[in-house]
Amino acid sequence: MSVEAREARQPWILLSPALTAILLLLVVPLIFILVYSFWLRTATGADIAGFHLDNWQEALTDRFYRDILLNTLKISAITTIVCALMGYPAAYFIARARGNKAILLLLLMLPFWISYIIRTMSWINILGVSGALNTFLLWTGVIGEPVQMLYNQTTVILGLVHFLLPFMVLNVFVSLDGIDTNLEDAANSLGATRWESFLQVTLPLSLPGLAAGGLLCFVLAAGTYITPLVLGGPTDAMFANLVFEAIITQLNWPLGSALSLMLLAVLGVLVMIYNRYLGMAQLMKGLG
Amino acid sequence: MGWALIRGWAILVYIFMFLPVAVVVLLSFNASQFGSFPMTGFSFRWFVELANNDAILRAFRTSLILGLLTALISTTLGVLASLALVRYTVPGTNAISTLLIAPILVPEVVLAVALLLFLNFLGINKSFTLLLFGHVIFTLPFVILVVQARLVSIRRDVEEAAMSLGASPMETFFQITLPLMLPAVLAGGLFAFTISFDDITGTLFWKPGGVETVPTQIFAMLRNSISPEINALGTVMIVMTVGLPLLGAAIARRISTTSGT
Repeated sequence: MSVEAREARQPWILLSPALTAILLLLVVPLIFILVYSFWLRTATGADIAGFHLDNWQEALTDRFYRDILLNTLKISAITTIVCALMGYPAAYFIARARGNKAILLLLLMLPFWISYIIRTMSWINILGVSGALNTFLLWTGVIGEPVQMLYNQTTVILGLVHFLLPFMVLNVFVSLDGIDTNLEDAANSLGATRWESFLQVTLPLSLPGLAAGGLLCFVLAAGTYITPLVLGGPTDAMFANLVFEAIITQLNWPLGSALSLMLLAVLGVLVMIYNRYLGMAQLMKGLG
Repeated sequence: MGWALIRGWAILVYIFMFLPVAVVVLLSFNASQFGSFPMTGFSFRWFVELANNDAILRAFRTSLILGLLTALISTTLGVLASLALVRYTVPGTNAISTLLIAPILVPEVVLAVALLLFLNFLGINKSFTLLLFGHVIFTLPFVILVVQARLVSIRRDVEEAAMSLGASPMETFFQITLPLMLPAVLAGGLFAFTISFDDITGTLFWKPGGVETVPTQIFAMLRNSISPEINALGTVMIVMTVGLPLLGAAIARRISTTSGT
């Protein structure tokens, strides 16, 4: 074999283990559940192979599924907006701080490394009946009896924001940090107020980071089922909880496949819209 | 004026992020029988109980083995793929990159369902193997992103110098490239370990009955009530997940200063 041919083969040898893993453990399984979603699960627990539209019909027309899907999108949207409102000024502060930016960023990223389940359950310590807030309010005499503040939609959103905020801050920071501060100075020297130069120069330039952070927050929020289980009430199930129920509890795998693919399709459309306008590169910057 | 407002807001955000964590650590030292306020005194008793709790120790061992194996496999696959992407011009780089990070783009629940059902179809039931496959596949993109970002900064001419001085490609790789890459490899491995150690979303789908990892064990314990033991376990996890990466970063810096890059 010629040297060139060997040189050309080398990267493929290096890539093949990772690509094989992704093909076998992700791509083929996704195709498999697409096929599986057209099978039928009988009452006896056996699957009937074939092309049946029953699961899809149930997933797409049942009001119950549609309401929970809409509710999931609503919770994810609110979470994303709250993350943006909280995270943007914080990222701006870090990017423009005179002190050690790296330390400030690292400090805000620390909770990101702390176990998700621990961070989620930690809110029980704060908002629970015998949590910090109730104890404090009882002590000050504002309330006479402990109040149950947990297990509703607000606490689910709270938990999600706490989980996802670092993703937003990191992405916005990467964007803001890459903006030449001379641009703002130039705008100011041309007579713009600080607020105007922010609105017309900095904010537009940082939108890619905001969008990347927003996409991550939304997609990750919409795929959660642990947060609603820990911090939500009986009526706060999200779409991923339905998937978990179908697969693990009811063992109706064909229906679970259809529900999974529905979630994938809805979020996939968002990712594709994002990719169309901003490209994946921005997302990678914030993750890497 | 505007800046003061931004700073004040940022401080509130920092408090929001740290308060719940601080409360977990605080309560884990609470002498009280219940995992809640008021604090009745300072005590290590919950850590002692933790160390004597067989279920938790088993979960710890499972998580540790799973995390180490995941890190080993994921880092090996990830480093090889990153080398190919950074060092060679491959046709269709964009498509390959997208495919390699696809496991991040697919919601973890969907990935979990697909893998569970497909491997079950192949005859691999819920098992440690399934857990390992799952953890490898969703940590792989993170390893590739981290390693790739660091590989870019390694200069090619050092390797070329070694080769021109008569080193074989193998010798060059093990004596020049690998030591220079070590911080990147360690960072990738550590990232994979931490993500694996922390995972619950996929793990609940893949784990066989009776096997628990630390997060699923905590989740199971939460079903009853929040016991002080959970807070103590939380404190241990916080120390591990925050301490390990910091330690790793310190080691990486140490290595990179001694190797002079």
